[in-house]
Amino acid sequence: MRKVAAWIVTAAFALVVYLLLVLWSGSIGLWSSSELIAGGVLSALVGLVAGRLLWERGGWRMLQPHRWLLFLFYLIGPFFLAMARANLDVAYRVITGRVRPGIVRFNPGLRTDLARTVLANSITLTPGTLTVDVDDESGEFYVHWINVKREEPRPEDVCGPFPTWARRIAE
Amino acid sequence: MNVLIYVFLAIGAVFNGLGAIALIRFPDVYTRIHGATKCTTFGSIFSILAVVIYGFARGGGQGGTLAVHALIALLFLLLTNPTGSHALARGAYRGGIKPFRAVVDRLEEKR
Amino acid sequence: MIAELSFGVAAAVLLAFMCVSMLRLAIGPTAADRAVALDTINTLVVTTMVLLGAAFGQVIYVDVAIVYALLSFVGTLYIARYLEGGLK
Repeated sequence: MRKVAAWIVTAAFALVVYLLLVLWSGSIGLWSSSELIAGGVLSALVGLVAGRLLWERGGWRMLQPHRWLLFLFYLIGPFFLAMARANLDVAYRVITGRVRPGIVRFNPGLRTDLARTVLANSITLTPGTLTVDVDDESGEFYVHWINVKREEPRPEDVCGPFPTWARRIAE
Repeated sequence: MNVLIYVFLAIGAVFNGLGAIALIRFPDVYTRIHGATKCTTFGSIFSILAVVIYGFARGGGQGGTLAVHALIALLFLLLTNPTGSHALARGAYRGGIKPFRAVVDRLEEKR
Repeated sequence: MIAELSFGVAAAVLLAFMCVSMLRLAIGPTAADRAVALDTINTLVVTTMVLLGAAFGQVIYVDVAIVYALLSFVGTLYIARYLEGGLK
């Protein structure tokens, strides 16, 4: 039962991506009949192969739609702002060459894999901080920081409001 | 509309250039990843957004297809770039490259 | 017409940045430096392809860019695995 559900959900995701790729190709809605048939077969195959891998260890809660809305808001709101500000900071450092690098450790207290992935990717995409390693058991992040302000930082020092958002989105 | 496209293209080119300069200028692998991978990601967002605006402004089948495909390319870029740079940093650390002039190295103490 | 030309100019500028990154690819002291330079060039190539697709009005260039982004990601992961001392 669980396997069938995983297969169907994964196939549906693959079908959506495929339909976006072949938009404006024909007359049934916006698609042609051959594209629809090929998309159906291909997404069924993708579901068979990838369904097992994708939904293990707590991926199911991402099916609640409000989490996707929150994620979208987070992406174009706080995340983009932080990214722009940090990019200007790194631009300043590229031109002047003033760096004070180091690898710091902090524990944001996230439990699920997905929340850790969201946080790690957010940290990595913001210039100035780069996730080097994540301890799987304790959930500690090892972050390479280009301008170390303090050697025992709290999570807010390194990545601002990101842990709160990661918890809201994926936990 | 054209002015917006020019502004986005200019911002994108500036940040991509900063990424390339950072690659030459910074002293070790980790700082280079900081400069290069992320400045180019930020620049690419603006460059591709310019194409998306152009596609939607042109409209019709071809313009719409251009815009949607450019958006999908941007999505994949945003998904894959941080993962790739994280994998490179981790691989470099486990391969034995120490951060240059580091004031603190907690990962060293863990081992 | 003018917008297409500006996309072409932006693509040429990105090509110049790619040449600058090639310098690091050539002189980089360690393998990891070269891998980082390659990753940067990959990102620039994807962006350039999208810009050229708009400049020439060819959607197929953008499709190639999507496939290139995914394949280069797999290549980067493979190189990172090799740096780690894996591949046994």
